[in-house]
Amino acid sequence: MIKINGVEKHICGVKLTDYLAGEKYSTMRIAIEYNGEILPKSQYAEITIADGDSIEIVCFVGGG
Amino acid sequence: MKVIINSVEQNIDNAAVISDICTESDVVIIDGYNVDHSMKISDGMDILVVKRGAMPTEAMLKKMMQSRNGNLVNSAVENACVAICGLGGLGSNIASMLARLGVGKLILIDFDTVEPTNLNRQDYYISDIGRSKTQATCDRLSKINPYITLISHKITLTADNIVDIIDDADVVVEAFDNPECKAMLVDSIIGGTNKYVVASSGMAGYNSSNDIVTKKVFNRLYVVGDGTSEADIGSGLMSPRVCINAGHQSNMVLRILLGKSEE
Repeated sequence: MIKINGVEKHICGVKLTDYLAGEKYSTMRIAIEYNGEILPKSQYAEITIADGDSIEIVCFVGGG
Repeated sequence: MKVIINSVEQNIDNAAVISDICTESDVVIIDGYNVDHSMKISDGMDILVVKRGAMPTEAMLKKMMQSRNGNLVNSAVENACVAICGLGGLGSNIASMLARLGVGKLILIDFDTVEPTNLNRQDYYISDIGRSKTQATCDRLSKINPYITLISHKITLTADNIVDIIDDADVVVEAFDNPECKAMLVDSIIGGTNKYVVASSGMAGYNSSNDIVTKKVFNRLYVVGDGTSEADIGSGLMSPRVCINAGHQSNMVLRILLGKSEE
């Protein structure tokens, strides 16, 4: 069991980049807090989602 | 009993009410509140009596300008430093709000110049067209509140320079237009410092005002907006929702400076 943006999901063993692509996130427009710490973009490709992970993804739209 | 009237300690009658120490047209403020003239005065009260429409002395002006904030807010903001990254629709309005609040030091950053399409939502004047947004903002803020320190940088913020530029800030306001720049700021500041960030996402168009909310999304990151209303063809950026968003961001900055949180 993992949590993404507060919602429980059963997707252990999936590569983070595959999850983001599947959800159609544009990598350059998001920021990720991975188990309480900001995840640098350079490390996205290294992460495989594991049991107990807590992931917060914030996605930005243009305008200001 | 002893009270303080306009910073001067005075002895007044124990039964005195506000109207005994002022004229009918004066504005009388006690710890942020415009009090009724029939109110009984208590021992030790710190009372500000303001002549309506009169220019006060230089020494009293700052105190009078701060008086409606209340003591708790003034003590929280006067030594604070806030960086505003981007001086467009959000940043220009947030800068004016934080200057009015009396935030002691503002770091103002933008690479751009004012042009006519900015004026439907950004806090500039026709006479500012062609000027740098940093210079126009500094000039405006110094007319709003000359008692705060302004640091400006006419540069493009990148992942390589942003942490150094905002080093003095307690809170960093993300007020960019570009979503990739917004993400860059969050990655750089939340990842590279211990500072709070108040960011923005989704305030274009004319959907309900009530869709714009302040959410705590990461440990030190708050994001304001409806999350979806992207600036696009047919979905313009206009003053009402941009200013609602700017107000949310400014109030979250104040709440952080006061040690408050948000869900």
